[in-house]
Amino acid sequence: MAEFKYTAADFKSDQEVRWCPGCGDHAILNAVQRALPEIADATDTPHNKFTFVSGIGCSSRFIYYMKTFGFHSVHGRANAVATGVKTANPDLSVWVATGDGDSLAIGGNHFIHAIRRNVDLNMILFNNEIYGLTKGQYSPTSKLGKITKTSPYGTVEKPFNPGELVIGAKGSFFARSIDMEVMLTKECLVAAAKHKGMSVVEVLQNCVIFNDKTHALFAGDKATRQEHTITLQHGKKMIFGAKGDKGLVFENMKLKVVTIGEDGYTEENLLTHDAHEKDTTLHSMLAAMKYPDYPVAVGVIRDVDDPVVYDLGVQQQVEEVKAQSKIRCMDDLLRSGATWEVE
Amino acid sequence: MEQNKVQELHDVVIRFSGDSGDGMQLTGTLFSDTAALEGNGISTFPDYPAEIRAPQGTVAGVSGFQVHFGDHRELNPGDYCDVLVAMNPAALKANRKWLKRSATVILDGDSITEDNLKKAGFATLDPIEELGLGDYNIVAPDITSLTREALKDTGLDNRAIVKCKNMFALGICFWLFDCHEDHAFHYLESKFQKKNPLIAEANKLAIKAGYNFAANTHQLASHYRVAPAQLEKGTYRTISGNVATAWGLMAAAEKAGLPLFCGSYPITPATVILEELAKRKDLGVKTVQAEDEIAGICTAIGAAYAGNFAVTSTSGPGLSLKSEALGLAVMIELPLVVVDVQRGGPSTGLPTKTEQSDLVQALYGRNGECPLIVVAASSPSDCFHYAFEAGRLAMEHMTPVVLLTDGFIANGSEPWRIPSMSDYPAIVPPIVETAPEGGFMPYVRNEKLARGWAFPGKTGLEHRVGGLEKDAVKGSISHDPANHQKMTYLRAEKVKKVADYIPEQSVYGDAEGELLVVGWGGTRGHLQNAVDQLREEGKSVSLCHFNYINPLPKGVKEIFAKFKKIVVCELNEGQFANYLRQQFQEFQYEQFNKVEGQPFTIVELKEKFETLL
Repeated sequence: MAEFKYTAADFKSDQEVRWCPGCGDHAILNAVQRALPEIADATDTPHNKFTFVSGIGCSSRFIYYMKTFGFHSVHGRANAVATGVKTANPDLSVWVATGDGDSLAIGGNHFIHAIRRNVDLNMILFNNEIYGLTKGQYSPTSKLGKITKTSPYGTVEKPFNPGELVIGAKGSFFARSIDMEVMLTKECLVAAAKHKGMSVVEVLQNCVIFNDKTHALFAGDKATRQEHTITLQHGKKMIFGAKGDKGLVFENMKLKVVTIGEDGYTEENLLTHDAHEKDTTLHSMLAAMKYPDYPVAVGVIRDVDDPVVYDLGVQQQVEEVKAQSKIRCMDDLLRSGATWEVE
Repeated sequence: MEQNKVQELHDVVIRFSGDSGDGMQLTGTLFSDTAALEGNGISTFPDYPAEIRAPQGTVAGVSGFQVHFGDHRELNPGDYCDVLVAMNPAALKANRKWLKRSATVILDGDSITEDNLKKAGFATLDPIEELGLGDYNIVAPDITSLTREALKDTGLDNRAIVKCKNMFALGICFWLFDCHEDHAFHYLESKFQKKNPLIAEANKLAIKAGYNFAANTHQLASHYRVAPAQLEKGTYRTISGNVATAWGLMAAAEKAGLPLFCGSYPITPATVILEELAKRKDLGVKTVQAEDEIAGICTAIGAAYAGNFAVTSTSGPGLSLKSEALGLAVMIELPLVVVDVQRGGPSTGLPTKTEQSDLVQALYGRNGECPLIVVAASSPSDCFHYAFEAGRLAMEHMTPVVLLTDGFIANGSEPWRIPSMSDYPAIVPPIVETAPEGGFMPYVRNEKLARGWAFPGKTGLEHRVGGLEKDAVKGSISHDPANHQKMTYLRAEKVKKVADYIPEQSVYGDAEGELLVVGWGGTRGHLQNAVDQLREEGKSVSLCHFNYINPLPKGVKEIFAKFKKIVVCELNEGQFANYLRQQFQEFQYEQFNKVEGQPFTIVELKEKFETLL
């Protein structure tokens, strides 16, 4: 393993981690702390420039466990606060730790607009399909019919798929991981950090107390994950399955799961993942794939160059106008335009 | 008709009034700027409907712009007008009640049609008779057809030509008050020359035509001259309250040596602040037009955390939306200025009208024990000073500040002696550069009880802040009961201590007497004028006007004690009076309140004060 300037320990604060034993958040924290040394080197970011911003919820306690600059804001507003931090100082590496309730319900507006603006933030979206900190109410990602304390007869509302929302809001980067897959999460985070513009990494996370095994049917253990998820890698064929014999093809305007060697399909026929494709059609379809009809897509689904980055645009405009304007200080401004003398 | 004669006047109030699409705001602004440039004291009052193009020809759709100008400093835009320019019968009807006895009315004769009279709700075909204006000096030239005739060779279509009729009316007023056309011409050139030079020419031509028409036809019996005001020596400009607010914030940023950041969302009547700041990238200002009011303040809080001087601008409904985040800024103890340009409320209320009814919201509108500094500006130009002050207090005391202005002073304008930035003090926030021995403790406080401000990016200062209660020193989460009590005390004490860093309360007029008029914020001009007039009549009246609301300045009790009666005047139902009752229970407070969406009038103030003397 390569030697980095920092180690994971450099990013661990002295605060006692207070998530429930068995909570998926521990694994995510672990992945982030292990990813940062690599990110610091890859993006040439010194320790003092990492800034974590969160909203409210279990996920948002995250910032207290990081030995970086950290801002625990109010419910739903992490993306707005982070937009301010990054716009004020584009030099910082700004990270948002948020959850499905925080960013997709109360903070939905800020979520889509931060993505639309393409602010250069890195978001870790903890998706456990439940409100954990308030002890078990359904969230905007809870499955239809989910029985919770506030839906004792099951929900009658359809969930959001965060990936579709990101892509619909003109997102340039979307990746998905699973809490238990620490190495995959780490890879997604490194890719997110390298991406210029808004990056959203959704981590399917298990709430062991209020929504245990919500992702278990496709992500419960390694064997299930191999069978029911597909790890997308740019430039690689879309192959999955424990035996590596299944794949995805595009037929009749739809994705289709096929078995290599059956019905005349060979590896040649399978789709090759192109994370850099600007067109959103296929990325959207991949992000939307649901168990049991499809494998759930993980890995970097979309990573597209978008030169229109908000914080850089603001900074650039300031510099351009400064270079052209005759007004250089308040005294200049105060005396500009129509004035008159009283003797 | 008698010959034109020039009369000297000390003081004139002129009101331009027409449909909301008639360009009355521009006409009024050009007239007031011209008067200001000729050295007159001015005070203006734009009064317009909430709709951009309200139903044409109706009383509801009337847009007005009042200019008070004279040979001395004008403190307010005047109650009643000497001259009314009415572009249609609706404008005449809407402003009937604001006419001085025997005022001059310039009415577009072309507009007196059966259709327009009906739209304006006249019962007869004679608006003059119906409104009882027989004794008034009514002049009704056919402004529309005269403009059409004057511009017939310009090559513009009829629609474009008719749009210039406001400039014809302006030309009449220029003649009436012996004003030069240069400033208006210059403005039109710079506004239209590039886009459409034809439009610039046509508008100039319309002004000239109006001027010549007035000079030649002798329809107006006299014309007038208002001598320049005796103002303090210096360089002057006109400035509106919103622009002055934006500039004051920029001045504070410059004096603190920090970039200015504004996260905001458009809202009447505060939007001009965001617009003005968005222009000033040359001074390093960053503006984020956020997706909503909440994001406006939250981006600002993020920017404050990152080390900018951060502000957000709004009006009452927006302040409601910002409440939770404002509490966060109090809790985290970051500098932030929230400008609330008050308007008529509650809810959407009267968006384009003025009121002072957000005081209690500014003081208390948050969950928990959540004190912050509240400052109020009292005239268009002193918005600069109090915006600067809001910035100074926010940054030096590490706390959010609510700056209250209102629609009246925000949109109004007046001449302003341009200050030099060297007259303003340096602002020195408690910025932490390096970690002290033993590590950086984010909630260690200085003599002002302000904590250290450590921006991300500074080595060794990595720390966590948040909305949860925190340990009084380390800043880590603390649920300890005694610590919460202590932190609640410290946050309140920090704000109280600000009284040591603001000027003592002053009194205008004699330091003791019969009646003390008490006001705050944007009513100053009217209150002072009313007090001045009564004092000239020999009455024992003084004024105690407040700009620092929380904490109150020192010396208030001593001032109050020297008067037999105290009357608190405000454009709400008694919010400041109740606040004073809470703070100084030993005094009796009379009240004078008004919530009509309009400023006080001098007449009603004097009437009230006379009943108390």
